[in-house]
Amino acid sequence: MTTTHDTVPFAEAIAAFDPVLGLETHVELGTNSKMFCSCPTAFGADANTQVCPVCLGLPGSMPVVNRAAVESTIRMGLALNCSIASWCRFARKNYFYPDMPKDYQVSQYDEPLCFDGWLDVTVETDDGPQVFRVEIERVHMEEDTGKLTHAGGATGRIHGADYSLVDYNRAGIPLIEIVTKPITGTGALAPLVARAYVTELRDLMRALGVSDVRMEEGSLRCDVNVSLSRPGEPWGTRSETKNVNSLRSVERAVHSEIERQAAVLSSGGRVIQETRHFHEDTGRSTSGRSKEQAEDYRYFPEPDLVPVAPTTEWIEELRGTLPELPSVKRARLRAEWGISDHEFQTLVNSGAVELVEASIAAGVDAAAARKWWTGELARVANDRGIDLADVPVTPVQIRRVEELVADGSLTDKLARQVFEGVINGEGDVDDVVAGRGLAVVSDDSALLAAIDTALAEQPDVAEKIRGGKVQAAGAIVGAVMKATRGQADAAKVRALLLERLGVAE
Amino acid sequence: MAAMGSGNMENDLVRQEASVLAAAIASGEVSSEEVTRAHLDRIAAVDERVHAFLHVLGDDAIAAARAVDAKRTAGEHLGPLAGVPLALKDVLAMKGVPTTCGSRILEGWRPPYDATVVERLRAADIVVLGKTNMDEFAMGSSTEHSAYGPTRNPWDLDRIPGGSGGGSSAALAAFEAPLAIGTDTGGSIRQPAAVTGTVGVKPTYGGVSRFGLVALASSLDQAGPCARSVMDTALLHAAIAGHDPRDSTSISAPVPDVVEAARRGDVRGLRIGLVRELSGEGYQAGVSQRFDEAVELLTGLGAEVVEVSCPNFEYALAAYYLILPSEASSNLARFDGMRYGLRVGDDGDRSVEEVMALTREAGFGAEVKRRIMIGTYALSSGYYDAYYGQAQKVRTLITRDFAAAFEKADVLVSPTAPTTAFRIGEKVDDPIAMYLNDIATIPVNLAGNAAMSLPVGLAPEDGLPVGLQIMAPPMADDRLYLVGSALEAALVDRWGHLLIEEAPEL
Repeated sequence: MTTTHDTVPFAEAIAAFDPVLGLETHVELGTNSKMFCSCPTAFGADANTQVCPVCLGLPGSMPVVNRAAVESTIRMGLALNCSIASWCRFARKNYFYPDMPKDYQVSQYDEPLCFDGWLDVTVETDDGPQVFRVEIERVHMEEDTGKLTHAGGATGRIHGADYSLVDYNRAGIPLIEIVTKPITGTGALAPLVARAYVTELRDLMRALGVSDVRMEEGSLRCDVNVSLSRPGEPWGTRSETKNVNSLRSVERAVHSEIERQAAVLSSGGRVIQETRHFHEDTGRSTSGRSKEQAEDYRYFPEPDLVPVAPTTEWIEELRGTLPELPSVKRARLRAEWGISDHEFQTLVNSGAVELVEASIAAGVDAAAARKWWTGELARVANDRGIDLADVPVTPVQIRRVEELVADGSLTDKLARQVFEGVINGEGDVDDVVAGRGLAVVSDDSALLAAIDTALAEQPDVAEKIRGGKVQAAGAIVGAVMKATRGQADAAKVRALLLERLGVAE
Repeated sequence: MAAMGSGNMENDLVRQEASVLAAAIASGEVSSEEVTRAHLDRIAAVDERVHAFLHVLGDDAIAAARAVDAKRTAGEHLGPLAGVPLALKDVLAMKGVPTTCGSRILEGWRPPYDATVVERLRAADIVVLGKTNMDEFAMGSSTEHSAYGPTRNPWDLDRIPGGSGGGSSAALAAFEAPLAIGTDTGGSIRQPAAVTGTVGVKPTYGGVSRFGLVALASSLDQAGPCARSVMDTALLHAAIAGHDPRDSTSISAPVPDVVEAARRGDVRGLRIGLVRELSGEGYQAGVSQRFDEAVELLTGLGAEVVEVSCPNFEYALAAYYLILPSEASSNLARFDGMRYGLRVGDDGDRSVEEVMALTREAGFGAEVKRRIMIGTYALSSGYYDAYYGQAQKVRTLITRDFAAAFEKADVLVSPTAPTTAFRIGEKVDDPIAMYLNDIATIPVNLAGNAAMSLPVGLAPEDGLPVGLQIMAPPMADDRLYLVGSALEAALVDRWGHLLIEEAPEL
């Protein structure tokens, strides 16, 4: 009996092969209007309500470049240490697909706005933090396509669907595409480097204010290129795993692709140049279309637009608007917060630094901010398989919860329930407190009534306490807590109980 | 209405120049409604034979005319063409009005928006009578490539009215409209003007907004004015020109004062360049003869004639037939049956690719398919540099040829088309012969400068109109009118009327 293995365990794969990575990241810019028209870009509107002749590509319509999108792209390029082109053009990428109103996408081809940059990323290793410099090939602008929904059929893909619906609200939303040069020398850290790189990009874009990067809305999409080669040999054939949409998935996609390619190569096979689809549920990818026959997009300069030619003065003006970059900021915060390297790295690894900082800025106590983001909220993110930043809790909500804890209205345990309610969409903090009836029962008369009931139900315990066995009070306190569904402050119940029985602590 | 003479009132109205009609409307001598009705009646009487129009706006045109009359009654200021009717080439979007571009694939599509040109026509209180026939997506020189049947030349109904804007030129020559809008990608305004004895101008690229002009080749397309006299053309030019923030390629500099230039009409001291490469072999004898006579006339008017050489014009046609199909193959991709217009084969089983292919197979004519295939090939990886890339280099050389020629001459002249109107069917199966019609007009589109065609007589051998082309540097459109107006005045002196008056009665 012969068995074939689909994958080789990661450690074995890395022992035999060197991985080379390449990442293409598409991010929707946070401009108010679309790339080439004045339609709004807000997410979640009814289908085909944010459209006009231009983004629908109606015959005769013409694009006009959104200056804010160019600014955002230049600022991103500067933050990535890129050179900025003094003159560049848009190009048409021609292919037929129903989510493309014009059957071509206006993008940039051989004249990107930004090129030749780098970004340092840090990953935690057994030997402490290690910095990798990721070289940036280019940053360019393009327009997003519409969104197709395939109804019926088993796969949710266009083939086999009963019918398909197109929403062009997304068509024409400005995207920037950030392409790395091949990333080598990462070895076993490849998945972590990939994740750290995308995390750093995300943080950078948020810091620059060019995008809020709502990953759950698909506003950041990553194409992950991986190839393997034996040490000393030329680079292998790469695969491209498309549309990897979360930080965790980026890491998993690299990890699983290394295992898969190692299995192919170890068994004497050949890696096919192809696109692959990543499946969040299994953490594995499946083969998409082969790229052996390269698609010919017939790029040519977009004749409906004039070249973009930013002046040196403008570029320098934009450089002046760059905020403190995340890496610099992290160094500063670590010093300001006065916490250990290890503690800070925990915050970094869980993606909590910016969130803690924002919470402190919103008025939350520093220790409390760290506690919530690395504790309860991190647990929720983990349970749901989402990024911490995508947990739908705001710094202002944390501040409100802390206020309620401070004035005794909530206990820590109740506060966790409040967050659960907020995350479940039950409303704002006060809505959840009211809706779930979570406020601490601090009304003495209600507590005294509960105490009296408990004492009447357990006369023997009452007698023991009266007799000076104070430690027996726990049974009565427990009964009161149960009766008030945990909404009472246990310490207060105990104090009231002892007072009631005239017993000193 | 002294200028209109006596006789049949309706006949008088349709034969008048636009500027005369506008003055009569402004003074209350005649209403815009009367003028509009006269033209609608004329269309009803002759268009069955001419087929200039694809869609006539009866009630809408009357309503627009009445609105102008109401403005006049209310004492509002009226522009120099207010109340005058116009024929609009069916390649420009007009809100709610069928826009086909002469193609089956757009049958039934009504744009939800106005082209900038249409907005400006409305702002000038010009009354749109309807949409005119054209070669499908403006690909052709005869209007025979319209999916809706050919337009006929009012001078001889067996002959072509030029193309692609044959509907607009025929409407003018048949007295169905005193004004028309055309678009010119390689001569589609000028060559139809030449073969119908009318006037047409391709403005400087970027001089008139392309927003709402269904693109054939974006880097070459330019909408422009057409009329029966140089002054009317200038007035319409002024009405539609100027910067448009919705067209990134539109020029933000002020529009040259074309109306003032047409009023002055003076060539004294101007250097007029004869382009050596645009004459001689390949030009019909009667065309050359009338052209030479016109040049002589210009000399008599005080112009200095010089000969210039533009050696790279030889490659213009070849470069044009790579750049145009390349851009067209991309511009026409959107006609896939998914969002508007024709859809073929959507039976619930076929894939989206199959429906797209069947729709394009059924919806596009042979010439359109030919150019899409050439363009797709020319842009393909591995061929791009040899075809599209080389063609762009030729384009640069042609632009340099023009720049050098304009060092020696203020304007350049040539025959507009090598022959007079040919017979319907004569060249329809010979694409190269058809393409050669535009040999003299194409260089201007490649370089982006301005040019006019105006009638200079009838060829002795066939009695059909001959056009002369005047070419000016970019943003010197006013020079076209300065020269054109002087030449037209001298010819009217000689003939006693505009050439169009000699067109046979329909």
